[in-house]
Amino acid sequence: MTALLNASGVSIPGRLQASSLTLNAGEMVALIGPNGGGKTSLLRAIAGAEEASGSVRIAGERLTAVGSRRSRLLGFMSSSREIGWEIPVADAIALGTGPISAERLGELFERFELGPLADRPVTRLSTGERSRVLMARAVAGAPLVLLLDEPLSNLDPYWVLQFLGAMRERAEEGGCVLCALHDLSLLPRFDRAVLVSDGAIQADAAASLIQDHPRFGAIFRVQPDERGGWEVRPPEGRRSSP
Amino acid sequence: MRAALILCLMTLAALHLLLPVDILQADPSLASLLLVELRLPRTLLVIGYGATLGLTGAALQTVFANPLASPDISGASSGAVLAAVLGTYWLAITDPILLALLGTTGALMTLALLLLIAGRNGDQTTLLLGGVALSLALGAATSLALALAPSPFAFYDAFDWLMGGFADRSLGQAAAALIPALIASAWLLGRSNALDLLALGDDVASSLGVRPKRLATETIVASSIAVGACVSVCGAIGFVGLAAPVIARRVVRGHPGRALAPAAALGALLLLLADMAVRLLPLNRTLPIGVLTALFGSPLFFWMVIRARRSVTS
Repeated sequence: MTALLNASGVSIPGRLQASSLTLNAGEMVALIGPNGGGKTSLLRAIAGAEEASGSVRIAGERLTAVGSRRSRLLGFMSSSREIGWEIPVADAIALGTGPISAERLGELFERFELGPLADRPVTRLSTGERSRVLMARAVAGAPLVLLLDEPLSNLDPYWVLQFLGAMRERAEEGGCVLCALHDLSLLPRFDRAVLVSDGAIQADAAASLIQDHPRFGAIFRVQPDERGGWEVRPPEGRRSSP
Repeated sequence: MRAALILCLMTLAALHLLLPVDILQADPSLASLLLVELRLPRTLLVIGYGATLGLTGAALQTVFANPLASPDISGASSGAVLAAVLGTYWLAITDPILLALLGTTGALMTLALLLLIAGRNGDQTTLLLGGVALSLALGAATSLALALAPSPFAFYDAFDWLMGGFADRSLGQAAAALIPALIASAWLLGRSNALDLLALGDDVASSLGVRPKRLATETIVASSIAVGACVSVCGAIGFVGLAAPVIARRVVRGHPGRALAPAAALGALLLLLADMAVRLLPLNRTLPIGVLTALFGSPLFFWMVIRARRSVTS
């Protein structure tokens, strides 16, 4: 296995303890954890969106390059779906990715069904449509590492599946994906899961095994129910009483 | 589109330079003197100041992520005005180049104060509000400085200059205003691409290698130097810095950073038109150019506010 992302000792004072994470080529990794646990901080630190100590290397390279070269290494979709200016969809997809071939743009239009919206200003899109534009932009440069901060929120089931398909495609093409998400029922679609809470990585295991991790229940305060879903876990004290 | 813009600009500049035919025929040597000593500095200043307003307006609107931001928003213009008023009416400085330098210093000091107020972690909103507060305070201080000035005519005398004007400026004054403006504008133009990426939000822009806070601070500094130098020579002129970028973005498919160069051309174009109108309007006295730009610019501002209100309510 080729390690594509090497984050070592990455930390943000007060929010993220020194964390190390390696992602391998072909891997699709879920980043899970309770609200305020540090998922976004970890993603932002790796993406360089916030000044953090520690080192981040992608395919052995430090993230110092700027512009289109950088978009070949890293694709990032933040938790914000805002684009402040009336830029047409076709242009927004190419922002920061360098020159993009008509063929590639056509592929992205097809994959994210953006063709009919190509000339519409992004400010006049719904949140879900803007998510599709931002996801298309993040994958446009075929980056080795794809970092996504809750890309599946605000999406209908069809688009959740389409986005998961796009992530899998990136992994199969030799990249890797780190995707923050809240919907634990989607875990089976990932290869690995990293559990973040209290500003630190608490567990890192195969996605199918993460819910058996001893800390999983205590951190999420939920447990599998009989119908294959989730239910609130009774507090420790009450559970031990007869 | 760009070629049309440049052609338009060159035609207007040539028209602006034009002297009345009767002078040309009557006394060719006087005509050439008038052209070099009077008309040339005026045309250069109008183009340079207009371009500065358009370009800095476009850059500031981008870093503040707000189409209503304009070069006077940082308080730099007000700082330059106050420094020039103090220099003229309290320190009796008459050397125009010294006054221009004083104005630029005033703009820079205002900026230092703004950055101090906003603090190290100040975001765009803090900077914007700090700038508005500083502009108001400095405007009041300018009125006070004029009201209490040793010369009883200071208020009346300063009116023309405060509202902007290009009459009787020398080539030296033009250089004092335009050299700092040109350097700062060239620096800003070099940041067009980085400014474009800010449209994606600070986080994604950072992931692409842009440093949004640093870019914002540097943009405000460069804009203040450029506008401060122009204001201290030609007075404060409003609305061009607001209108030119709004029109320019329509030329470049909405891209805020790519709009910098066309906004500069449009700013120059608008100010050339305004200055020719001021010169040619059949009034018994010359209208300050700032009055004219405000008359035509304020409806645009209202339109933008109403448009923003609509998009909030829809």
